[in-house]
Amino acid sequence: MDQQSNRQPQAFPEPGIDDFGATLAKHGLTLTRASSRALQINVGLLCDLACRHCHLEAGPSRHEVMTRETMAEVIAYAGRARFEQIDITGGAPELVPHIEWLLTELAPLAPRVLFRTNLSALGRPESRALVEVLRQQRCVIVASFPSCNTGQAESQRGIDYMGKGVATLKMLNQLGFGVDGNNLELDLVVNPTGAFLPPAQCQTEQKFRQDLLRKHGIVFSHLYTFANVPLGRFRHWLESSGNLENYLKKLAGSFNPATVQGLMCRSLVSVSWDGYLFDCDFNLAIGQPLEGRKRHVAEMAGHPPIGIPIPTGDYCYACTAGSGFT
Amino acid sequence: MTTSYYEPQDLERFAEIGKDAPELARKFFDYYGAVFAEGELTGREKALIALAVAHAIQCPYCIDAYTTSCLEKGSNLGEMTEAVHVANAIRGGASLVHGIQMRKAAEKLSL
Ligand code: SF4
Repeated sequence: MDQQSNRQPQAFPEPGIDDFGATLAKHGLTLTRASSRALQINVGLLCDLACRHCHLEAGPSRHEVMTRETMAEVIAYAGRARFEQIDITGGAPELVPHIEWLLTELAPLAPRVLFRTNLSALGRPESRALVEVLRQQRCVIVASFPSCNTGQAESQRGIDYMGKGVATLKMLNQLGFGVDGNNLELDLVVNPTGAFLPPAQCQTEQKFRQDLLRKHGIVFSHLYTFANVPLGRFRHWLESSGNLENYLKKLAGSFNPATVQGLMCRSLVSVSWDGYLFDCDFNLAIGQPLEGRKRHVAEMAGHPPIGIPIPTGDYCYACTAGSGFT
Repeated sequence: MTTSYYEPQDLERFAEIGKDAPELARKFFDYYGAVFAEGELTGREKALIALAVAHAIQCPYCIDAYTTSCLEKGSNLGEMTEAVHVANAIRGGASLVHGIQMRKAAEKLSL
């Protein structure tokens, strides 16, 4: 049962916020697909954390995970329609059965394979075999790590997060991830811990490098800062805390037309845990399928056609604020 | 009585201070912009200083604005709280050191 794909899109836009499509039109822009370079695979909504900014509302009580059968269909698709990059995300992909097999099969099919982790699930003793596969297949580990401040990190990701996150980063460094000269990439992703815009990427990278080295002896390859997307659990929090209108206004007020050309939805194909196709993980979160109709990965011969329109919502302002999302 | 002398929305109207004396306002805002531009100090460091000063002068508009600015420039709550302690230490220290004036005045008056 594809509960994910049956979800109804939320009603957009919020009163007082310009429709995203209208904003694009005002700048003489349209949002259409370019050539597809990346395949993102969302292997499930099960997670050991229940982060307050999660646009997918993933958590320990979610049981939707990709079956081995759907994994086989995704692997076959990645073989038919080659991509430059394959990106595994969740939930916590670590908790999905057969994840090691999926990675092993996918690794030869793309030059670059990304594995997104919340660090907590990857640090469990049960994840040792998976870490070994990530190392052998030279996957890029992309780790969420919101703040070097324990209180703020834990307000986003839950109590006890900091110790686990730091321990996993140290373990990954010991295995060579993020350490110069090993060709094992460890990237950090920083989302603001609240209803404010992310700091400038290069300065944050410099600051995290100093702080993580000084406090914990941790090194990493690159750092990326992204705005929180007003969907799912984060949108509920924005509403209940009275921040929604101001946050949306702030995002919409920071609209930068120069980001539209490079938006990830133009070059990414996102597959849900049950095998359906979307333009990005955010359209996946609210069930707005690629080309406006539900299509399973098994039906796809190759890349989606260039030039097809991309469905949007007010959350798209998170991708176009300031210097953009990608 | 629910109204207050301080209204958060007034911060957005700051530019109206240019009405009736536009040249002075322009000079101030140009100077303000130049002060907060990246220089020997980073924008993040300047925002932390501004946050500390805002507490020393107890300006609620500045506290609001520079709390957001510090967060958006990548400072964390630990750093921001320490900055407020710096303001507090200087304020407290400044009062205490004036105690020497008091002691000198008292000495002069006392046997
Ligand atoms: S949320 Fe971002 S990536 Fe997704 S469709 Fe909107 S602009 Fe594109």
